[in-house]
Amino acid sequence: MQRIFLRSIICGLACLLLVAQGTPAAPVFPPLTGRVVDDAGILSPGTQSNITALLAQEEKRTGNQIVVATLKSLQGYGIEQYGYQLGRAWGIGQKGKNNGALIIVVPGMHDVRIEVGYGLEGELTDAQSKIIIDEFMLPAFRHGDYDAGVTAGTQAVIKVLGGAALQPSAENAPDRERSSGSGIPWFLIVILIWIVFGRFLWPLLFLGGGSRSFGGGGLGGGFGGGGFGGGGFSGGGGSFGGGGASGSW
Amino acid sequence: MTRPHRRGVAGFCAAILLAFGLSGCGVNDVPRQDEQVKAAWSEVLNQYQRRTDLIPNLVATVKGYATQERTVLTEVTQARARATQMTIPSDIISNPQAFHEFEQNQARVGNALGRLLAVSERYPDLKSNENFLALQSQLEGTENRIAVARRDYIDAVQTYNTTLRTIPSRWVAAILYPDAKVKQTFTISEQAQQAPKVQF
Repeated sequence: MQRIFLRSIICGLACLLLVAQGTPAAPVFPPLTGRVVDDAGILSPGTQSNITALLAQEEKRTGNQIVVATLKSLQGYGIEQYGYQLGRAWGIGQKGKNNGALIIVVPGMHDVRIEVGYGLEGELTDAQSKIIIDEFMLPAFRHGDYDAGVTAGTQAVIKVLGGAALQPSAENAPDRERSSGSGIPWFLIVILIWIVFGRFLWPLLFLGGGSRSFGGGGLGGGFGGGGFGGGGFSGGGGSFGGGGASGSW
Repeated sequence: MTRPHRRGVAGFCAAILLAFGLSGCGVNDVPRQDEQVKAAWSEVLNQYQRRTDLIPNLVATVKGYATQERTVLTEVTQARARATQMTIPSDIISNPQAFHEFEQNQARVGNALGRLLAVSERYPDLKSNENFLALQSQLEGTENRIAVARRDYIDAVQTYNTTLRTIPSRWVAAILYPDAKVKQTFTISEQAQQAPKVQF
């Protein structure tokens, strides 16, 4: 008698679980480990830390949260279908402001996409995103130079978000040279500042956490709370609605 | 403490427990999910409107380069006119006929736009036109936004209809929300609606 009772309870619980999982199948997403999630392993450690510093700076200045993701596969989805779901799953951008953007590179599929959160669609329009992909990222990707393409793309996204709209074609060629030429010392300055201030500030922030190294990957400011809580980087709960552009090479 | 008094306290506690239990098992599911469906639907309308707004500019740009493609251009303009002329009843999402008409009109616009982009391929001058390139990427982005809005709407409707149709939430709905009706969802596939991808 008791056994039957137990079984029916287990059966009921199983039914509940099934109901809970009855939502439509969604792709599996890599964990959000920082501002650069190099799941495909195509970026050098130097590029990763440069871009992380650049993106941390952008978030500090404007609140815009940008993440670079390289993926091994799209699990059978189109990059447009996968991209907005990845952005929602990670919650990139501040909740309510939805000021997040994703730069997604899938080397295996030769696909790239800039996924723009609801709140940034006004500045980082589809047309601007397309120009960034076509003129800053694809030329380098065609040579297999992912480091240069992703770096130039990230810089261009930040530039456009800063209000400097890009004009298509020819005019960009000299502009690109200039921006990447001046980009290197600027990177170094940011990193230097990071290291110098880091030496003083990081121990203070992690008084309770004991010794913590601050090499490449772990340089993510916690978002939302405004602190470096736990040293991890996390999304602020922003949402995406399919804005942006895609390209392939 | 007298006996009736004690019974009153017990009754009060039971009522509170019942209220919490009911809110746990979804008394508010129907109105909450109804709001979600409405929000998702207004996003769908919003994105279709965005596409509609892009058309006049696109037609004007293509006209400047490809005058001989009059048939395709007229087709797009007519499909747009038809879609904008339709008066959308306020109960459209639970009105199968109006919903189907809306869907068909939008599918026609999508198909006509697809053909317009396909014939644009024949005109190299047009293809390198700055304005056209910008419009094209905006159109692609808008089609993608429409796809996302449709998917969100379909998910919201699925949740809502499941609540209305399955036990025990079905009983709750029948007692508390007798007016709640099953909502319509898209039947024409996304693929059939989407403009064909233009490959360079």
